[in-house]
Amino acid sequence: MSTETHQPPPESAEQGDDIAVGAAQAAAPEVIATSLGEYTRIQLRRIRSGESGALPVTIGLIAIVIYFQARNSLFLSAGNLVNLLIQGAPYIILGMAEVFVLLLGEIDLAVGYTGGVAAVITAWTVFSAPWWLAIILGLATGAFIGLVFGVLITRLRLPSFVVTLSGLLGLQGLMIVLVARSGHGPGGSIPISNQYIDDLTTGNLSVTAGWIVMVVIVAAAAAILLLRDRQRRSAGLVTPPLSVTVLKIVVMAVAGIIVVLIGNTNRGVSVPLRGVPWVVLIVLGVLAIWTVLLGRTRFGRYIYAIGGNAEAARRAGVSLNLIRTMAFVLTGLTAAIAGIILASRLGSISTDLDGGQLVLFAVAAAVIGGTHLFGGHGKMLNALLGGLVVAAIYNGLGLLGMSAAATYIVTSLVLLAAVTVDALSRRGAQQT
Amino acid sequence: MTTPSAADGARPASGGRAPSPAATDTDQAGGAAQQPPLLELRGIGKNFGPVRALSDINLDIPAGKVTALVGDNGAGKSTLIKTISGIWQPDHGQIHWQGRPVQLHSPKAATDLGIATVYQDLALCDNLDIVQNMFLGREQLRHFQLDEIGMELAAKKTLADLSVVTVRSIRQPVGSLSGGQRQAVAVARAVMQQAQLVIMDEPTAALGVTQTRVVLELIDTLSSQGIAVLVISHNLNDVMSSADRVAVLYLGRLAAVAPIEDLDTASIVELMTTGRSDVTHGEANPARAAHQPAPAGGGAPGQDAVDDRAGEAP
Repeated sequence: MSTETHQPPPESAEQGDDIAVGAAQAAAPEVIATSLGEYTRIQLRRIRSGESGALPVTIGLIAIVIYFQARNSLFLSAGNLVNLLIQGAPYIILGMAEVFVLLLGEIDLAVGYTGGVAAVITAWTVFSAPWWLAIILGLATGAFIGLVFGVLITRLRLPSFVVTLSGLLGLQGLMIVLVARSGHGPGGSIPISNQYIDDLTTGNLSVTAGWIVMVVIVAAAAAILLLRDRQRRSAGLVTPPLSVTVLKIVVMAVAGIIVVLIGNTNRGVSVPLRGVPWVVLIVLGVLAIWTVLLGRTRFGRYIYAIGGNAEAARRAGVSLNLIRTMAFVLTGLTAAIAGIILASRLGSISTDLDGGQLVLFAVAAAVIGGTHLFGGHGKMLNALLGGLVVAAIYNGLGLLGMSAAATYIVTSLVLLAAVTVDALSRRGAQQT
Repeated sequence: MTTPSAADGARPASGGRAPSPAATDTDQAGGAAQQPPLLELRGIGKNFGPVRALSDINLDIPAGKVTALVGDNGAGKSTLIKTISGIWQPDHGQIHWQGRPVQLHSPKAATDLGIATVYQDLALCDNLDIVQNMFLGREQLRHFQLDEIGMELAAKKTLADLSVVTVRSIRQPVGSLSGGQRQAVAVARAVMQQAQLVIMDEPTAALGVTQTRVVLELIDTLSSQGIAVLVISHNLNDVMSSADRVAVLYLGRLAAVAPIEDLDTASIVELMTTGRSDVTHGEANPARAAHQPAPAGGGAPGQDAVDDRAGEAP
């Protein structure tokens, strides 16, 4: 390992060290580093060569937090942070929805209204059906909308941009029709009439339960990481240094403790109100399931493969149409989760829902988090971090009393900045 | 004709493997062989509209041998390998695999038989790592999850068997590899899928000197493992240094099939550009030469068009 960071010299000398340098620039540090110091060096080199991962967005998030806290000391209060988490949940989940299709190099502009229509179905059916059935119906609606998009895009070979753009308009119209037809929304909005659905965002874990759940989650994640390392080591494969794994577990534990501490601080004004909101668990659950789906299954592998080189995937026997359609179904399903949570937070689902803004936030969340716009690179975790950035901006500007116009403009600038970083890093990566 | 010692001298890696190089080579001329060649093409023809891209191709691909397929642009090399790899179906003729007639309806049918094609663009996903690329489409599962450890071990072993230049980690994205390494990954992928015939389309076209050497060594290793290799190349130096046999295509017809010892660069060039050579007739036996004019004599207008165009080219 030399410390030089320029491009590998021409191939005449392409042996030994040069290959190592090339590898270090692109490979995940977990797989080649043998010590924490080396891990850090490789990680830094990767960031310079465009494979940035989660670091820039984390730094950006910290900068945003510091800025808003300096402008308004209420920003970091427990009440506002919990509010930010609840506000951010729909953006984060919509971002995750968008990750499926962005990984394919496609886009879904209709996620906002897909969620809206799903929420209408849930809010409507819960008047006469049990809450869980209403949620299942809502989710099925979202999945079905995704299926229609997927079929149109794969069978008729229409561009996803156009299909989902027409979906954006059509679904908005459908929402208005459904709300009017439901008979429960004379003012253009259906109230959430069920306590359980309401509790998705307003309900909290008890103080003790918050700690227990956090410890269980961190312990489970730590066990998975350590077990995986041990399996690799016993199979004689390169294993990430123990210090790196321990560091990751520590970061998770610290994040968990902070969230629980914030959640368990009394944020009530007149009556005490404490506890981690349920919605945090929902977001983490969606994150975990989709992460496993993308990272540990054939379906997930094929999504990345198609995003990287669709022709190669096709030649390898991957059914492009099936995987693409499935991705749109999952996007619709995930958008439905976000829609129901949004309705739960607002206490109703209204035809005033701005699905266009939600799409902007969803794409922003995914791309700010580091998902490439042209497919092949990205993770569900990116959407979580990016969604937090979007929520922090939205919340912070609101706290500063900025107008809606300012919120739009700042969000669009952040999105633009994220896309620029993405494009520049891709160019950088191509040059090396 | 070829003797085992000649093959040994030229290319020790492959010479020792084939049971009787002389027998397999002369088998082309209809000699009695105990074992049928791995792949036999019998009278393969392919038309695109009026254009006759291939006519009456008779070619055997024996196991453990490197067969080079050469020809000028438009001679039908791509059409031929696409026919063998199941992308296009021939209009005439039969394909025999291990002695049995087969229909290659799709690339998958060919892959399932053991015919793997390594295309010029390699068909790798740059964003996936080496292991992921090698197992793409055939991932192993364990407890309903991808068996990453099992796949990594298998990939590692295959790469080691091919004596591929060590990459630092087989978990690095393929996009970070050099051209020769990418070629090696693509070939390793084919080998791991139990390929018995590996077709390589211009494997050294985009490579520098060192990388080319790596790939040629890889081809040697493949044939020494008993795998048949069909290499398409423009680079006659590579052909001369790696192939056991050369098949020359000229305007959709097979101008000659000969052991490499019977040819030199000049005669190959002559065959490629004129379709005949005074230097050698190799395996291009009189019987085939006699019936070759037949399709051309049929007066297909497309054939004339091709001839005219080819005539202008030089």
